Amino acid sequence: MHFVSLNLGQSVSTHILRWVAGTRVNSGKSRVSGHSVCKYVEYVSAGDNRLGTDTTIRGNRIRYSACTSTGAGGPHLTNSPTVIVMVGLPARGKTYIAKKLTRYLNWTGVPTKVFNVGEYRREAVNYNSYDFFRPDNQDAMKIRKQCALAALRDVKSYLSEEGGQLAVFDATNTTRERRDMILSFGKENGFKMFFVESVCEDPSVVETNIMEVKVSCPDYKDCNRTDAMDDFLKRIECYRALYQPLEPDHYDKDLSFIKVIDVGRRFLVNRIQDYIQSKIVYYLMNMHVQPRTIYLCRHGESEHNLRGQLGGDSELSPRGKKFARALLGYLKEQNQKNLKVWTSQLKRTIQTAEALDMPYEQWKALNEIDAGVCEDMNYEEVKERYPEEFALRDQDKYHYRYPTGESYQDLVQRLEPVIMELERQENVVVVCHQAVMRCLLAYFLDKSADEMPYLKCPLHTVLKLTPVAYGCKVESIYLNVEAVNTHRDRPEDIKKGPSTLMRRNSVTPLASPEPTKKPRMNSLDDHMASTSSALPVRMASDIPTSLPDQVSSHFIHFLYFSVYSASPIPTHPFCLRLHVLIILSI
Amino acid sequence: MATPPRELTQNPLKKIWMPCKNGLPEKHISQRKVCMTNCPTLIVTVGLPARGKTYISKKLTRYLNWIGVPTKEFNVGQYRRECVKIYKSFEFFRPDNEEGLKIRKHCAASALNDVRTYLSEGGQVAVFDATNTTRERRDTIMKFADLNGYKVFFVESVCDDPEVIASNIVQVKLGSPDYTDRNTDEAVEDFMKRIKCYENSYETLDEIKDRDLSYIKIMEVGSRYLVNRVLDHIQSRIVYYLMNIHIAPRSIYLCRHGESELNIKGRIGGDSGLSARGKLFAKFLGKFIQEQNIKDLKVWTSQMKRTIQTAEALGVPYEQWKALNEIDAGVCEEMMYEEIQDHYPLEFALRDQDKYRYRYPKGESYEDLVQRLEPVIMELERQENVLVICHQAVMRCLLAYFLDKTAEELPYLKCPLHTVLKLTPVAYGCKVESISLNVEAVNTHRDRPENVDVSRPPDEALLTVPAHQ
Repeated sequence: MHFVSLNLGQSVSTHILRWVAGTRVNSGKSRVSGHSVCKYVEYVSAGDNRLGTDTTIRGNRIRYSACTSTGAGGPHLTNSPTVIVMVGLPARGKTYIAKKLTRYLNWTGVPTKVFNVGEYRREAVNYNSYDFFRPDNQDAMKIRKQCALAALRDVKSYLSEEGGQLAVFDATNTTRERRDMILSFGKENGFKMFFVESVCEDPSVVETNIMEVKVSCPDYKDCNRTDAMDDFLKRIECYRALYQPLEPDHYDKDLSFIKVIDVGRRFLVNRIQDYIQSKIVYYLMNMHVQPRTIYLCRHGESEHNLRGQLGGDSELSPRGKKFARALLGYLKEQNQKNLKVWTSQLKRTIQTAEALDMPYEQWKALNEIDAGVCEDMNYEEVKERYPEEFALRDQDKYHYRYPTGESYQDLVQRLEPVIMELERQENVVVVCHQAVMRCLLAYFLDKSADEMPYLKCPLHTVLKLTPVAYGCKVESIYLNVEAVNTHRDRPEDIKKGPSTLMRRNSVTPLASPEPTKKPRMNSLDDHMASTSSALPVRMASDIPTSLPDQVSSHFIHFLYFSVYSASPIPTHPFCLRLHVLIILSI
Repeated sequence: MATPPRELTQNPLKKIWMPCKNGLPEKHISQRKVCMTNCPTLIVTVGLPARGKTYISKKLTRYLNWIGVPTKEFNVGQYRRECVKIYKSFEFFRPDNEEGLKIRKHCAASALNDVRTYLSEGGQVAVFDATNTTRERRDTIMKFADLNGYKVFFVESVCDDPEVIASNIVQVKLGSPDYTDRNTDEAVEDFMKRIKCYENSYETLDEIKDRDLSYIKIMEVGSRYLVNRVLDHIQSRIVYYLMNIHIAPRSIYLCRHGESELNIKGRIGGDSGLSARGKLFAKFLGKFIQEQNIKDLKVWTSQMKRTIQTAEALGVPYEQWKALNEIDAGVCEEMMYEEIQDHYPLEFALRDQDKYRYRYPKGESYEDLVQRLEPVIMELERQENVLVICHQAVMRCLLAYFLDKTAEELPYLKCPLHTVLKLTPVAYGCKVESISLNVEAVNTHRDRPENVDVSRPPDEALLTVPAHQ
């Protein structure tokens, strides 16, 4: 076995290796030599720019192999990609779970994508009625199998060629025959398999689900609601005849799976194999479907904000205090039951919460990004004293770590427990900070790593998030207290920096409006091309979700700007379409 | 009309902003740590003897205490042994032994009594460790909890694999005071009969009958779990923890990086490289690891240069964790203790007064560090053989978890440079072997000086500072 003997100091100054979404990107930037305050991530073996075959990120853990590829001795089991296979009758929340899980995993930095077989089927045929799903409809059976195979083919290329680490195979998969086929597909390709079965016999839950997401689905676009409901219930019956639930005692006892029973009231977990599966189980156990509202806002304007200084632990300005009082008024109006208030451990959020006249909890995890040596400086000072740092940050704001401080990527890891607890809770107000709010918002709106650090989270503005169908409705409420602008846009000249939009979005391929052939997914190349041309000023084309049709992008664009409209959204004529687009975007 | 906002003052020790009136803190601010249950939780184990209930109870208690949730376990068997000094035979447990039944009921009652005392005096979680195999007994416990306003969470361990049961008996039951004077075969036989006494009346937690209870059922040593109605944060944490632990034999090796340039200078923190001796240690560590011939050893480092340099010398793949970085000393980074005393005498004294809770200005406390290390512990529980190359404060926190040390002891645990601690789980605890690799290094351990008063003279504050350049 050969391994490189190294001088870390040297290697640091030659190459920065960044691992994004399992795709290797060597940005090849020179480090400033003699830079006394080092950042810690980028220590890399010298003399091996390829850096082994065995480098992965897991959360914020980075795995380096000092061995060359010949010495690595076979693939590490923990590194093999995983296919999550949904199981369950229609309208059991499979797609909801699939999308939500995908959004979470992408946010934590594990590249994940949903493959919804229904979308493939809709692309292949026009839906007429439940007849299509009858077990004795031989022709349809053939088509359905073809669709599943097409989706699996795409799963394969996503996991083995495009840097994906997890694929969620979203279909009913209600028969053993089908699951066995998927299992042998996994075995052939060396993928781990994890099944997620949703079991629910409560008719009211099923009905709600049908009304919320099925009736409005493209299959029923020309149908009235009652007919749609009727047809869908018959469709379920078609599956029920052949449904073989996962059987933990005998047939399926060796499989890894979780059975989610009665919308999270009970769980059966069998043979968890690894870290990621255990994480998935934990997440599924913490999420709930109760209606609730999350309010995100920053502290009131601080003295540091007024002076344009970063970080620090300063007081609220007089306008900041006025905002705190306005926030109290707003929350009183909202009149939410059992509203919890969370703050960071920095003075400005606590001062804001103190004005609310409610108990609150302090989380250290909600503290603002640590700007390290740049704390308390303004951007001009940073640019003057650390010009290289300043430039590096602009090139890749998500991964850039301040000397002795943090990156957005670090922040996401720090905020993971907050997200987990937010999933468990009902109504919560989070009084936090610009970078923290961007990370939280990116989770709820499924924003990519590239956009996250540029999300607009102005002072004195509350974002009200309400879960709807598969997504999240956002309302932006400006509380009419003036404040300085603290948002610094991506500079114009960074247009063509190394593209870092590697984190995949969880968008399932949408049915194309015309029946012509369209690529089902964006290949990696498309993805990179579309991001490297991203404009500094946010345009419709810069929206990450790579929706195929212009109209949707346009609406997301609109949504984005609606963040600034003080008028309550429900009165807006776009209201309904807005609603739809959010569903599309998540 | 809302009252005007209260003034905030910063607690000098923990650096937490608190509202105050006339200079005095007004109320306790809940600092988000781990557990935000508003009422105490009673964890009740369920299962036949030798199903690992006590193992789970002890381990869970240790974990919860470490993450900062005051927890205590109450083992009814202990109460019984105290009540009936001499154990004769399984006859005591026979369902028709009225005398035995009475004593056992009495013991359970006095254990519950102690649970109540504990939970009213600041405890947050009590683990009630007994068989609790009948619905009647569980109903009694639930009534007790209801009366006192506790949430109840059941942990049932089900296992039918005779091999697992036999190895459990040999590992922990034979060493129990009940069998001190017996030979192995006799003891095993008696214990098997004791299990039989429970089998007839055993009512497992039922999906239908117990559908309103909160519980986790652990089946076949963790290959399957049934989780029902998880109610709050702490229960969800408990479930996650129990799903990640395993009992496969393994060893965990803890060590610090090799001696660094800043170690030699007596400076804390920073991100310096290894000294010549530090590099030699790294080489020896590589040899040591090879000699140990450990199956599938994983190596973890922090994201600091000195641990990575150490790992690089091993010639095996390794993973970097930011969570393993050394405690952030904030404004004191790269200072010598003498300089800290010079610049921040008040801070220096406060740290000596309560080293666990003390947070460096713009930095971290040991308490913060434990929170940061929780995911590392969770992953260590999942893994088998692991070598963790870390830092002094980090190693203390990890060690405290495995050895069940209190917050007071934790920051003073001795973790010298160039020494590997090998931890091997045995029975309910953990065996520690300390292996010095015979490469000299500076001492970085500073004991608590006698005088911790803020007005102490500098020489008394610096009394325990280890020698350096």
